[in-house]
This record gives sequence, C-alpha cells and structure tokens, in this order.
Amino acid sequence: MTTNRILLILLAIFAIAAPFFLYPVMLMTVLCFAVFACSFNLLLGYTGLLCFGHAMFFGTAAYVTGYVLKTTGVSVEIGILAGAVTAGLIGAFVGYLAIRRQGIQFAMITLAFSQLIFFVLLQSDFTGGENGMQGIPRAPLLGVVDLTDHLSHYYFILALTVMAVFVYYRVVHSPYGEVLKAVRDNQPRVESLGFNPERIKLVSFIISATMAGMAGGMKATVYGFATLTDVSWLVSGEVILMTLLGGLGTLTGPVFGSAIIIWLNDELSGLGEWALITQGVILLVVIIFFRRGFVGEISALGRLLRQSRKHERGGGVEKAEAVAPVNDAAG
Amino acid sequence: MFENISPQLLFGQVLLGLINGSFYAMLSMGLAIIFGLMNVVNFAHGAQYMLGAFVAWLLLTYLGVPYWGALFIAPVVVAAFGMVMERLVLRPLQNLDHLYGLLATYAIALIVEGLVRQEYGSTGIPYENPIPGGVNLGFMFLPYYRLWVVVFSLVTCIGTWLLIEHTKLGAYLRAANEKPQIVESFGINVPKMITLTYGFGVGLAALSGVLAAPIYQVSPSMGSGIIIVVFAVVVIGGMGSIAGAAVTGYLLGVVEGLTKVFYPEAASVVIFLFMIIALFLRPAGIFSGREAA
Amino acid sequence: MNSHVRPATADAAMLQVSDLSAWYAESRVLHGMNFDVRQGELLTLIGRNGAGKTTTLRAIMGIVRELTGSIRFQSDEIVGRRTYEIARRGIAYCPEERGIFSSLSVRENMFLPPVLQKGGLSDNELYATFPNLKARASSPGTKLSGGEQQMLAIARILRTGSRLLLLDEPSEGLAPVIVKEIGETILKLKAQGFTILLVEQNLRFARKVADRHVVVENGKVVDILTNTELESGMDRVKSYLGV
Repeated sequence: MTTNRILLILLAIFAIAAPFFLYPVMLMTVLCFAVFACSFNLLLGYTGLLCFGHAMFFGTAAYVTGYVLKTTGVSVEIGILAGAVTAGLIGAFVGYLAIRRQGIQFAMITLAFSQLIFFVLLQSDFTGGENGMQGIPRAPLLGVVDLTDHLSHYYFILALTVMAVFVYYRVVHSPYGEVLKAVRDNQPRVESLGFNPERIKLVSFIISATMAGMAGGMKATVYGFATLTDVSWLVSGEVILMTLLGGLGTLTGPVFGSAIIIWLNDELSGLGEWALITQGVILLVVIIFFRRGFVGEISALGRLLRQSRKHERGGGVEKAEAVAPVNDAAG
Repeated sequence: MFENISPQLLFGQVLLGLINGSFYAMLSMGLAIIFGLMNVVNFAHGAQYMLGAFVAWLLLTYLGVPYWGALFIAPVVVAAFGMVMERLVLRPLQNLDHLYGLLATYAIALIVEGLVRQEYGSTGIPYENPIPGGVNLGFMFLPYYRLWVVVFSLVTCIGTWLLIEHTKLGAYLRAANEKPQIVESFGINVPKMITLTYGFGVGLAALSGVLAAPIYQVSPSMGSGIIIVVFAVVVIGGMGSIAGAAVTGYLLGVVEGLTKVFYPEAASVVIFLFMIIALFLRPAGIFSGREAA
Repeated sequence: MNSHVRPATADAAMLQVSDLSAWYAESRVLHGMNFDVRQGELLTLIGRNGAGKTTTLRAIMGIVRELTGSIRFQSDEIVGRRTYEIARRGIAYCPEERGIFSSLSVRENMFLPPVLQKGGLSDNELYATFPNLKARASSPGTKLSGGEQQMLAIARILRTGSRLLLLDEPSEGLAPVIVKEIGETILKLKAQGFTILLVEQNLRFARKVADRHVVVENGKVVDILTNTELESGMDRVKSYLGV
C-alpha cells in the first residue's frame, strides 16, 4: 500500500472523529482553507500560474454568499453556489484579460485586479465597508436540515470539502489535467502540437476561482460574517504559504498545509506578532530545505525507504533514485 | 467637479504627489536594479525601507546620531543586513524557479516586520523634522523638508542612473544583466557582484526610509503599505529600465496627488488601473523599448 | 588512439584533460575525454554537431559543472573551480554565440574584460590588430555585422593576458572573405605565442590554422591527428564527420 493511501485513510478516520475532541469551528476553518489552498495549488502547482490576489475570489464570494443568505431565504447550498459562481465569473473576466501574460506580469495583473476589487468592496454599501458584513444566518440544508449547531454544520462542510477535493483530483488526473501539466512544463511544445494553451490555462483559472469562491462562501456560513480581510493581501499571502508548506503539485498537500497553519495561528493567537513571525520562519525553512512541502517530503521519504528495502533484498536497483522535481506521483 | 478646486488645493496635492513620487522613484529604482540582475522580485524591499527609518530612529534615540549622520549610516547598516540575506538565502536559491527567491524575500519581510512590530508596537513613532519651517510662495506654503526630499531624490536617481549608464562599474552591471556567465568568464567575480548589487538596491530602499521618517513617522507597517504600489510602478515603467522606473515613480506620484483632488477615495487604486492599462498597451513596460513579454 | 602521435610529456602540456565526463542534468554528454593541449600549439576539436565539442570547452571553463575526471591547467586541477577562478588562472573563452552585450557600446564591450595578467594586448595593440572596431567604438555592440562581432569577441578576450584561448566556431555563419580574415588573425595570434583550442565544424578552415586535430564523436576522443596526417588521411576524417 502506497504512502498516499495510508495517509488518506488516516485522514478520513481523523476527519470523521475529529469534532468530538477538537473545536468544530477551527476544524471547519481548516476545511474551508483546505479547499482554498487546493484551488491555489491547481493554479500554481499544476498550471504554473502564480496569482497574487487569490483572496479576491475567496472574499468576494464570502460577501456574495452572505448577502444572498441574509436578504433572500434560500437554503445554504444555494447561497454558497451563488458565491462560487460569482467568483467564477470574476475569474473568467480577470483571467481573460490576464492570461496572455506570463510569469511576473501575470502575477502583477492579478494583484492589480485584487486591489481594485478590494477598493470596490470597501466602497460598497452592501458589504458594510470597514465594519464588514455581520449576521449571516446558518440557513438550512436543502431547506430542511437544520445546521445551526456546529457539529452538523461541520459534517456539511466536510461533505462539501470532500466533493471539492474530489473534483480537484478528477481534474488533475484527467486528460485535461495532463495537458495542463504539459502547458506548465513546456508551453511552446503544447502549442506546436495544436493546442491552445491560453484557453487551457483560462479554464484552469476559472475552475480555481470557482473553487476559491466556494471556500469563501463556506467560510461565511461557518463564521456568520465576512470582512475586508477576506479580500486582503494577508489572506492571499497565507494561501501561498499553506500551499507551499503542504506541497506544491501534490493532492493532499493543501489540506495538510492549511491544517498546520490554521492550528499554528490558533496556538499563537495570544502571542501577538509571533504568529506572523512563525509563518515567515516556516516559509523560509520550507523554501530552503523542504521545497517539496510536507506531503512531498514524506512521499519522498517513503520512496527512499521502499527503495532501500528492495536494495537490501538484493533486488536489482543499481543506482539511487533520482529526486523527482515535482511530485506528480504523489498526487 | 472642477468648480470648487482652489489653486492652493491643486498645487498642494501636486506637491504632495511629487513627494510621494520621490519615494516611489527611489524605491522602484532599487527594485528594478535588483530585478534586472537577479530576476528576483525583492518582496523585502518595503521592510528594508522601514528598517532604514527604524535604524535612523534608533541611532537618534540611543546614540544621539542626528538625521544627517543617519542618512549615511542607516543605509550602510541595512545594506549589510541585505547582503547577508543574499549570501545565505538568495544565492542558494538562484538556480531554481525565481518564484522561490520571491517567496524567500516575502518570508523575510514577514519576519522582519513581525519582529519590529512585536518590539515597538503598531503605532507610528514620530521623528523630528531636521529642517523645520518653510517658504510662503503665495499660492501655497512649501516646507523646507519637503523641498529637500524632492531635490535629494532627484539627485539620487540621476546619480544612480549616471553610475549605471556611464561608468565602468555600470557597464559590468549592464553586461551581467544580459549574460552573467560570459562576464564571469572574463574573470569577474559575478557572485560577489550580485551580492553587492543587492546591497546597493537595499541601501537605496533604506535611504528612502531615512528620508521618509520625518514625514510619514516611523512605523512597522510603513513598508508593506508602499511596496505594492512600488511593484506597480516598476511593472509600468519597464522591468528592464531603471530610468523608466524612476520617471514612472514621479509621474504616478503626481497622478495620485491629482486624483486626490478630484476623486479622493480612488487615489489608492488609480495606480493599479494605470498598471492594467499599461500592461495592455505595452506588455514589457512603457520604457522598455521591446514589445510582447 | 593513434600510436604514432607523440604522447605529450607533462611539462609540454599546457592543458591536460583526463577521463573527463560531463552531464547536462541526467544525461551524460561527455564519456571520458582524453587529450592534451601543448604550449604554443593550435589544437582543434573537430566532429559532428552534438559530438560534445562545445561542452568540452564549457567544461574547461567551469560553465558545465557536473563533471568527473580531471582537467589540469599548467599542473593545477581546475575541475570544480568557479568560472572566474579558472579565467583568472589564464584561460579565456570566446563562446559560439559570441556574447556581445547589446546594452554596451563597442568600446565598452571591448574594454570590459579586466587585465588579469601581463602579456595581453594593450589598448593600442588591440586597435591596431582590429582597426574597424575603433571606427565603430560608440555603436551598440550588437549593431555590428556578424564578422565584426566575431572580431570583437576575439579582441576583447585578448585584453586579459590569458595565454590559453578557447574559441568556439569562430567561422560559423560568416562569409568566406570574413572567414579568411579571421583565419589570418588567428594565425597572427599563434605567432605571438598564444595557445589556442579551437572548436570547428568547418574542416577547410581548421586545416589552414591547426597543428593538431582531436576528433570527437559521441563525447569521446576517437582520433588525434597532426595536420599533415589529416591531409593524407582526409577520407577517414571525413567519415568521422559524416561528410
């Protein structure tokens, strides 16, 4: 059984039992950011696009979901859907304008748009400006299932997360996913084969935006409020950290990354600046020593152990396994 | 919209814009120099600017070193820190995807800002104006220190440009921007040159910080506020052109000032609007002289 | 290996390449190269495209870093050293792509390499040897014609005082009359005592300037010939080159 299968099973058991011994709201925050980080990983790890303003999708969706749930009486999944779709539309617009540029210029355009969106949301009435949007209700699931207590809401959020991660997995391991990775690695080659790399990247961008929006909508229902922080550079920066910490280009990496960071923020919340300082130190250490991220390093370790076991048994492994630059296999 | 604008308001905001622009110009020049040679977006630039201001304040408070001494000492101190950073963190990463260098500088910015905020709190610390007073020009009052800022930044920017475009040292830098391996094959210690150039860019940032201290107060978040704007300036002005970066800095400062007159709330985002427009007209930047990326 | 090639004695060889292997990432490009360059001679590396000739020069300069084996320059081991350290020991490199800097003028290009040791050409000597570069001194480096750029690339490395010159395909892509000029310049340099390691695909050019030829195929030395042997055994050599 591969390292990843073991990890996944442990994860599933933990996820189901967790709310009985850990604070459900923190768990739900982890899940929301896990989906957010997955969406970012799809963009950076699998498409090779660095988006500096990913919070624009997360935060805008939080506001939209909140507004829909507050003003109409719809059930919770419709509210979250509204947020996700809005984010997807913004993603289509921004992506269409930005996708022709590469590298740092793409990153800067996305940053510019996120600053503009921040400004628009700051000035708008429906967001409540600096104060944020309060009092977002816990609407019932499908109109009937009551989710006001944290435990039942947790399982709803967990279900959504599993769905999102499943979609993410399917996208990455589909023929489209293979083309996507090819565009990341060698765009001119893909172009010469007759594909349109820009359209491919745009689709990925829209999927990523929608997923990030879903995460934002989820987060709005968990906390009952949406603030400008959700659209800020702070959150954009945090998701970069989570993705890198978990493992760029891995499947389960974003989940671990967000869990570690959320837990860390929680533990250090009383210690003022140390939360941010620790984030910085972790990011630095990961970049210099553990570039494959938490999941990536563990997978590599697992491979190494299996390799040495084979070697001991005298199986014909004649030279040490070359280090894989990006962990597609771990995905 | 145009009826109630008094000349005082207009000129006052343009001057303010020119002052902001002075900082944008110096900071974006440093950023462009670093990016040109190392292909690294120095996310720590804002934190290094803030450190310049902080070191100036520390020098004054604990060693009694006045502003004029700090103008020399602070950039050297912060540049030294920057060079250690380059040697220990950035050089090992230089052969990887440039994303990692960018993120490493971002991480260091987080750490530095966090430590400073932890030690000194979030509120700004005032720094005494070394040239109080000003001159009344009739249509507006011009403080001496603000005039000094504009003049000093112009001298610094022009001086840096002359250094890079018209000296042997600058020739080494321009050559290494294009083909570092060839330059090294001539026997030039390019790794050391990279370290020193990074130090120079950081020094420029810190110098801007000292200049900023009497105007904007010394606060841990003064860097993170300005850095995103400076990125936009560099992107618009051409990532390969340091002259373009400086000119764009001044221009955008004035544009920002003018926007404050007519539509104040939008002042903080007008630069991003310009960036999006600029990136569509001229993807490589307005001054780069090249077309698509 | 040819038995009638006199093996270089230790003190005659300026550069000794022994069992040199090189990798680009995972793929092995040189498979144990063995040859010597003697003081004052002009040695060419000839062979097909992709044989590993340019890689050999880059390995000597330390630009290719994944190396095993030994390269001794005047008895000092240089494998593993940084490029600028190797250059400072007295080896100069003129790459295939010439490497003229577009953001520098011709004059700036020419005088960029520092004087590392005595024995290089002085500024006056440089302009005397390459007169048309003086006329174009303030043009941007890349505004020169191909032939002029090649001259510039050779000229500037002569400033350093390095006595071993590595030239990578100087005749490539140039008109015959320019190639003749370059050949004459190279012979002039040889007469002044420079040791030259030349990579060439153009056999006609190589014959005119070289003392010895090293034939490279698939990253290995398959033959070493003096120029006279080359003349008499042209068919054999042409088969190596697939001509």
